Amino acid sequence: MANPSAVCNGHLHHHHHQKQNNLLKSGIYKKNGITKGMKKNGISNGTLYKKTFIEHFEQAPMYVAVLTFLGFGVGTVFGYLRDFMRAWGLEKRNVAAEREQQKDFVPLYQDFENFYTRNLYMRIRDNWNRPICSVPGPQFDLMERVTDDYNWTFRFTGRTIKNVINMGSYNYLGFAETDVNALKTVTIELQKYGTGICSTRQEMGTLDKHIELEKLVAKFLGVEDAMVFGMGFATNSMNIPALVGKGCLILSDELNHTSLVLGARLSGATIRIFKHNNMQSLEQLLRDAIIYGQPRSRRAWRKIIILVEGIYSMEGSIVRLPEIVSLKKKYKAYLYLDEAHSIGAVGATGRGVVEYFGMSPDDVDVLMGTFTKSFGAAGGYIAGKKDLVDFLRTHSHSAVYATSMCPPVAEQIIRAMKCLMGLDGTTQGLQRVRQLGKNTRYFRRRLHEMGFIIYGNDDSPVVPLLLYMPGKIGAFARRMLEKNIGVVVVGFPATPITESRARFCVSAAHTREMLDTVLNALDELGDFLHLKYSRYSKSSHPELYEETRLELED
Amino acid sequence: MDFKSMKNYIYWLYCQFELITCSYLMEPWEKLLFYTFNITMLVMVLYTAYIFVPVHISTAFQFFLHLFGSQHENTVSIVK
Repeated sequence: MANPSAVCNGHLHHHHHQKQNNLLKSGIYKKNGITKGMKKNGISNGTLYKKTFIEHFEQAPMYVAVLTFLGFGVGTVFGYLRDFMRAWGLEKRNVAAEREQQKDFVPLYQDFENFYTRNLYMRIRDNWNRPICSVPGPQFDLMERVTDDYNWTFRFTGRTIKNVINMGSYNYLGFAETDVNALKTVTIELQKYGTGICSTRQEMGTLDKHIELEKLVAKFLGVEDAMVFGMGFATNSMNIPALVGKGCLILSDELNHTSLVLGARLSGATIRIFKHNNMQSLEQLLRDAIIYGQPRSRRAWRKIIILVEGIYSMEGSIVRLPEIVSLKKKYKAYLYLDEAHSIGAVGATGRGVVEYFGMSPDDVDVLMGTFTKSFGAAGGYIAGKKDLVDFLRTHSHSAVYATSMCPPVAEQIIRAMKCLMGLDGTTQGLQRVRQLGKNTRYFRRRLHEMGFIIYGNDDSPVVPLLLYMPGKIGAFARRMLEKNIGVVVVGFPATPITESRARFCVSAAHTREMLDTVLNALDELGDFLHLKYSRYSKSSHPELYEETRLELED
Repeated sequence: MDFKSMKNYIYWLYCQFELITCSYLMEPWEKLLFYTFNITMLVMVLYTAYIFVPVHISTAFQFFLHLFGSQHENTVSIVK
């Protein structure tokens, strides 16, 4: 398997020619992309990380936090006012309520829990769940809808908004396409097998397509064996309980996805949380676990498993895999890596974070991923040693109770994976991976130069742009739609209260013109809404951009 | 020309106010209520300032004048 020349010898090419002088002056000598002489946290970067690991989590100026709280305060006051009016009958109630006869019973609906949903989310609800009427490729068509009663109900005007640039779909490699030639094999399998399986894996639901797909996934990742499941969320929530149980310890990252949290809770093991991507916190937890053992009996833990994700979808940060693997080897723990967003999206040939860091897949005990994001299908897989997968074939809850993946979807994954590996005879897969890398770097660089605050690693295709104030969430999404660009904005329950953001997902199918359109629109909108909070825009402070910013907790 | 850019700038400031205080999200009658409350508060503060600030300033000025003024008279009498 040839190593492509775009990522030469394991290091990225930064276009920082004008900064060489500054760095030489300050005594920091840059060679081959690895900055020597910059040691942070006592970790000498030269041995563990083969390329620079640059992440940004810039904090906004203090007045932004103050104004955000002010905005939420005003929203809360008006929320109380509206609730008061609703309770006293001055205003029509649109939420679910019990029948008159059940008013004296124990209440079914806790009104206060939905306070935020009722009073803030409803006002800007038109920015979510927009109905689309085409494939969610790099561009899509939206159905236009209007509301007469401030977002409680919608009605369609009948018009479709055509060719809206799609910056929200997880279409990293552009496999969400309707090109007939590309989908030829999928159509054949659809005719041959039909759409449903109607049985579980352990009963009659294992078809030759599944065996073929599993062998292909194992070959793709470079592991012994793999098992596929029909649903990505269920892959986590149904298999973690099969792997760990009572008496085991789960060390889970602060910002893990709900599926991992649900799987951990269902398993009945003890869960301890370490700060996001913070290796000191993780090491401290591991040491405490080994020294003190289980809480009351002080016995050793049956198993210690570390749950992390490859790319965290709300932050855009990449896991510090080399450090975690060295920690796990030192303290004899297991590692479960959820590569939902990173498989296909990072790495020189799209094989995920394991390849991105130049490590071997044997270092990770359980490799999990989904086919929803980069492969344009649905479902998930778990891969690793043959013993592990054989165990899961008999003990996974999903294999016993859930129907298996349907054949046309399996064929879509097979054709996407073959394209990616180059087995279909073209270099299209590699081109897509490289195009994604180019698009990601271009998009992030331009956004940094414009002065927005962007979170995350420089190589991750997930780009969160911070908006902070609740009023700007709705304004941003609506104005972008007016400019024919569809974005995803995220607010309070999914993110911390002061850090609402717009999340862009760069795709290999985006052309340079599309990205330029989006960037120009963002430039205009950033000036109008005053979103350019960054104090370190790259053109003015080049040396600050070079530092590895690590979070230290003392 | 200057008036147009000045008008645009004021409109932009108004938009920023709307976004920051979440009045962009409010229904018209809520906006009316919110602006009425704000303008009332502002008018009251300005009125209080208008009534009381000159009186306070002149009192403070007299106090300091008296302090330095009485010293002046003492020196004059000694010299005399």
